[in-house]
Amino acid sequence: MAGRFAAGAALAALALLPLGCKGRSQRPVSLVGSTSVQPFAELLAEEYHRRHGEREVDVQGGGSTAGIQALSSGIADIGTCSRDLKKQEAAALRPIEIARDGLAVIVHLGNPIDGLTRERVRRLFSGQVANWKELGGSDVPVRAIVREEGSGTREAFVHGVMGKVRIWRRALVQESNGSVKELVRGDPGAVGYMSLGLVGHEVKALRIDGVAPTSAEVTAGRYPLSRPFLFVVKGTPPPAAQAFIDFALSPDGQKLLAGEGLVGAQ
Amino acid sequence: MRLAPAHTQRLVVAGLWVLAAATVGVLMFIAAFILLRGLPQVTWQFLTDEPHRMGRAGGIFPIIVGTLLVTGLAVLVAAPVGVITAIYLTEYTREGRLTAIIRFGADCLAGIPSIIFGLFGFVFFVITLGMGLSALSGALTLSLMVLPTIIRTSEEAIRAVPASYREVSYGLGSTRWQMVTRVVLRSAMPGIGTGVVLAIGRSISETAAVMLTAGSALRLPRSLLDSSRTLALHFYTLSREGISMSNAYGTAAVLIVAILGINVTAYWLMRRFIGKMG
Amino acid sequence: MKQDRIIHAALTVVALSAIGGLALITAFIFKEGLPLIVKVGAGKFLLSSDWYPTEGKFGIFAMIVGSLAVTAGAMVIGAVFGLGCAIVLTQFCPRRAAGLLKPAIELLAGIPSVVYGFMGVVVLVPLIREHLGGPGLSVLASSIVLGIMVLPTVTSISVDALQAVPRSYWEGSIALGATRWQTTHRVMLRAARSGIVAAFILGMGRAVGETMAVIMVAGNMLDVPTSPLDAVRTLTSNIALEMGYAAGEHRQALFATGVVLFVIIMVLNAVALHVSRRRGERAAA
Repeated sequence: MAGRFAAGAALAALALLPLGCKGRSQRPVSLVGSTSVQPFAELLAEEYHRRHGEREVDVQGGGSTAGIQALSSGIADIGTCSRDLKKQEAAALRPIEIARDGLAVIVHLGNPIDGLTRERVRRLFSGQVANWKELGGSDVPVRAIVREEGSGTREAFVHGVMGKVRIWRRALVQESNGSVKELVRGDPGAVGYMSLGLVGHEVKALRIDGVAPTSAEVTAGRYPLSRPFLFVVKGTPPPAAQAFIDFALSPDGQKLLAGEGLVGAQ
Repeated sequence: MRLAPAHTQRLVVAGLWVLAAATVGVLMFIAAFILLRGLPQVTWQFLTDEPHRMGRAGGIFPIIVGTLLVTGLAVLVAAPVGVITAIYLTEYTREGRLTAIIRFGADCLAGIPSIIFGLFGFVFFVITLGMGLSALSGALTLSLMVLPTIIRTSEEAIRAVPASYREVSYGLGSTRWQMVTRVVLRSAMPGIGTGVVLAIGRSISETAAVMLTAGSALRLPRSLLDSSRTLALHFYTLSREGISMSNAYGTAAVLIVAILGINVTAYWLMRRFIGKMG
Repeated sequence: MKQDRIIHAALTVVALSAIGGLALITAFIFKEGLPLIVKVGAGKFLLSSDWYPTEGKFGIFAMIVGSLAVTAGAMVIGAVFGLGCAIVLTQFCPRRAAGLLKPAIELLAGIPSVVYGFMGVVVLVPLIREHLGGPGLSVLASSIVLGIMVLPTVTSISVDALQAVPRSYWEGSIALGATRWQTTHRVMLRAARSGIVAAFILGMGRAVGETMAVIMVAGNMLDVPTSPLDAVRTLTSNIALEMGYAAGEHRQALFATGVVLFVIIMVLNAVALHVSRRRGERAAA
């Protein structure tokens, strides 16, 4: 019986061998990083694959900082990032901007407030406002929803709104744009932030400092909260990766991104 | 107010039945919720198509393959290694302080949160050994995760085999190995099988550890060194990011049916095995 | 015989590699995590609720309280329903109903944690938010979801414990005129007590270790929860949320959290072992 068992195991191992022996010449380009950039990178990857059948691109999430880490430790060819690089990151890595994205501050559709100043948004997220009525809204407790610390979206928000002020420690933390939106959709007192391109119609995006949250305003530079979508590389990327970056920056690639509500690279 | 024992019993038993009914009710609710929404999505096309637009359209074929690679390899590695280790600990070593320590250690590791295995796998397999985000990293991480469980359940099953079986076998002139394979293992098979089924269930449901080691690529993995996505991770991503609820339900339905299928097949195989023994 | 000796050698190699590998993991976790605990100071690490990795502040008190609160809540549900089902299955169940209840519980065990988390988000969280208040993402939601998840573990081990009680105990008690419930709770449960305690402890271990479902329904707030309706973050969720991007000291702090979890599981297992050993002694007596 053990003989049969051993034979079976050996057979299984042999069966897997051809899988392991695949040549490395057609290794797919690997992108790791921002969950905000991910859907757009996926779109580019699909179109790229459609045009050049044998070239494949892998797009994975994990968060902007995870992407930088993956790039630094050699796991990824390109790190995707939805915020500017920090000083120590920029020292060793090279960012390439492929698009700009607005950062929307979102509230429940039933929330009577339509716009806020950046100062007020900061106070909301630092825990200084306990109830919406303090800002002229309804009598509902404020529930701030933020992203996890490694998120580029969160970093961009901290950079653009919070500055040196700490985010309230009792804020709820969610790990994706989708779950932030879902929470805000269902909770009348909720306020959160997310990628402008992904807002949709189930939640309300606020005017910030009087400017409407549209891609037109982001392009014009009037909307105060925007962040770059970056492809980050270390030194000279492998040719396959460079080819994909070139595609993203090409007129076709840029048209694809603009069609999804992003602003072209500047 | 003191009730007569008969009354107390009636109340308590009624209460207990409410608990039991609630438990079954929760299961029915969850199963119905997912399967009613999900099974209609599971067409042949859904199972054989590639995902498009991050999973908003298309099917889940590469993800099924990814799940088979990661989970299948994990159990394929952990099961024989675990059973052999259990055999070694019970039949080939003497009971002592060392085996007690090993047993306690295995028990602890069986109870350690899977995320810690994920953390280890990420740092060790993906980064240090340079395997990158790959099905191999994921499978090895998962196999380490379920190994302690398989060792312990197999060990318990083997120790439950009566000593008389072994004595009779020796009495008939068998070698130790013959006694182990033909007598002890045969008899302990149901217990060992349960452990392996548990291991499969745990690997297939694992999400966080898999994301960090096998990655979440949507393409069809062509080798063990390719990143790939598993069903549980795909369901999580689709539902959390709000990409496509209908596809999310479809994925969950496939996952639940697969787990059900594995459990049923395992029990059927077990019953046949016991039946054959006579 | 030579063949036996070769087999013995082969088995030894495999077994020692397996054990060695598992020992390696343990050593790795402690090697990465302990230096950070020493550096930050065990007191500060365990008792400070300031978790600001970017500023070098690593205090996991809020998460320890979070894990404890969520586990305690889960055990209330898991123990009550789990033990209840075990009692029904072993003492009060006609064959037909057992055929429905037992597979149902086994199926519950097979549902993936992400599906439980999903059901929690879609059904439970809005319910709590609208009818009980708070954000919905809460200790309560996590406890309910986890309770259902550990229920099968508690049930199956309790069933084993109850079935191990000699039939003579049951028959003797009934013969003396006790009702079935009196017999159950004064004789059977008492005799199976250590097995049932072991079931609870193992259930606790499972609750402490759950990650995905909790991330989805707990709210992941970085502060100590002050009510069951407050959001909460557990030790495991913290690791999962930050694992992908943590580097350097931050990553070591996550391993240090792993050390704390390891110790918690070790303590739980040691207690379970002690409790079942006493059962062994009593049974032998």
